[in-house]
Amino acid sequence: MHGRIRTWGPGALVLLPTVLLLGYFVYGLIAWSFNTSLTDRHTGRKGPASYVGFENYGNLFTEERFLNSLKNLGVLTVAFIVGTLIFGLIWALLLEKGVPGESVFRSVYLFPMAISMIASGVVWGWLLNPSQGEDARGLNRLFEILHLHFLENPWWTAGSRWTTMASIALPAVWQMSGYIMALFLAGFRGIPPELREAARVDGASEFKLYRHVLFPQLSPIALSALIILGHISLKLFDLIYAITGPNQFRTEVPAILMWNTLLRSDLAKASAIGIVMLAVVAVLVIPYLAWTVRQENEQ
Amino acid sequence: MTAVEAATGHTAAAIRQKPRRGATADGTTRRSRTIRYVLLLLFLLFVLIPVYVVLITSFKTSGDTTAASQWNLPKTWTLEPWRKAWDVLQPYMIRSLSLAIPAAIISSLIGSANGFVLARWRFPGANLVFAFILFGMFIPYQAVMLPLRTTFTALDVTRGVPTLIIAHCIYGIPICTLIFRNYYATIVPNEIIESARVDGAGLVQTYLRIILPISISGFVVTLIWQFTSVWNDFLFALFLTQQNNGPVTLGLAALAGGQKVDYAASMAGALITSFPTLIVYILLGRWFIGGLMAGALKG
Repeated sequence: MHGRIRTWGPGALVLLPTVLLLGYFVYGLIAWSFNTSLTDRHTGRKGPASYVGFENYGNLFTEERFLNSLKNLGVLTVAFIVGTLIFGLIWALLLEKGVPGESVFRSVYLFPMAISMIASGVVWGWLLNPSQGEDARGLNRLFEILHLHFLENPWWTAGSRWTTMASIALPAVWQMSGYIMALFLAGFRGIPPELREAARVDGASEFKLYRHVLFPQLSPIALSALIILGHISLKLFDLIYAITGPNQFRTEVPAILMWNTLLRSDLAKASAIGIVMLAVVAVLVIPYLAWTVRQENEQ
Repeated sequence: MTAVEAATGHTAAAIRQKPRRGATADGTTRRSRTIRYVLLLLFLLFVLIPVYVVLITSFKTSGDTTAASQWNLPKTWTLEPWRKAWDVLQPYMIRSLSLAIPAAIISSLIGSANGFVLARWRFPGANLVFAFILFGMFIPYQAVMLPLRTTFTALDVTRGVPTLIIAHCIYGIPICTLIFRNYYATIVPNEIIESARVDGAGLVQTYLRIILPISISGFVVTLIWQFTSVWNDFLFALFLTQQNNGPVTLGLAALAGGQKVDYAASMAGALITSFPTLIVYILLGRWFIGGLMAGALKG
């Protein structure tokens, strides 16, 4: 027993600081936030707080503003995931067989990911100027120049939730599509060439080859991409902050609402929003992590 | 392939692999190749549109940014917007550098030690500890932000760069640990560790003599990843610092926000703040992809 502790003891010792740090700063602080969310520490509350159970959560889910932010987030997530998957997949399909100058295309498609969402938000905020017609600016001006008037639209100032949130998704798609392309490209390149050859020998058309042979091989990657994109979308904050500012009801998502709630010093409610965000992410990520670990063990 | 697996840099290598013969042979006529190329160029244009706008606008005089001339080249080229943006952003740039570099180094070192133990010096329950660490990567930071502020106040940490270094180091540990664990699991054969152990080498000796010298690629990936995500971070900056002690994302948000926005200076500012990460991306792109693959799930 003593000998075994001597072999693995030092390893455990190396990890001890990390476990303690994350134990406090991740798990401890989550517990703290959760605890605050169960109290009545609202704006202007002085003195010791008292517990109100899940009242703050109940209030959130009946409050117009929070429900609006959830709906906005839902639409944003759908638009973002669909857009990014489409562009990422198309780019990967165009590149996977190899073209001259492939690395140039790859690098350019991927470069927006190196830029901060604040910087890209500043630029896209300028591009998504809502003015139209004579006074059109940004992308609308470009459409005006190209005589594509029907493409001009009010972007995120539009009346409909779909147009509004799709406009917010557009820059996010611009930033993240290259990443999805890289994932799919790696997937295509990882498929053994024998599979393609066998399918061609069997007389499968190019379409059937992709539909029945190659795409099924990519489904684990598609699932990863879906989880990753969903996760990014749920936390999207900087981009919205930079494009519309934090005070727009029409583009408010829970991450932004949490910030606005904190500005009003409503600590209990801000904590509750943070915990709801965590719950949504956990529902998405924990099964995925379990699946990943199981796959690793099978190998 | 999963996101966790992708962290090893396998993905980056797989992308660069030239498609093998057979992939290009059948089913590809000259015409379809031309169509593919035209599409690739069109998408290239789509991705580069914002770059064009930012560049030309950043060299325009303030009278030259009218709606009608927005997409034209500057009437007279001027460096004034750059000078103005630089004057505002310079102190923020210095703070961001003095923040991102140490934060990247410290979390990489911790990650390397952790990763080594979790991959090659395992102890009972190592898998559980790994899962415990990994979860910290996925949380939305809104769920810990309020008690984090309280903690920093209670510990009397100087607001600004020191606060952010601590926060980024701690919340960067999971991703760095993950990258190094997968890296060591791929490149270090178990036999080397076993024979070192048989020779009586302890953990520290094995790490310093055998592991550290072959860790350079791993360090490049984590350093780039951490540097980029610390540099681009806005959420921690907004919650934990203010204009007089915050990093460059905060400075850019201030420069481009407010009542009367100087577009030319905003665009120059977006470029200035993006240069460090863009340079890293251009010079070290292939490692950058490795980090992206691993880090996409981070908060």
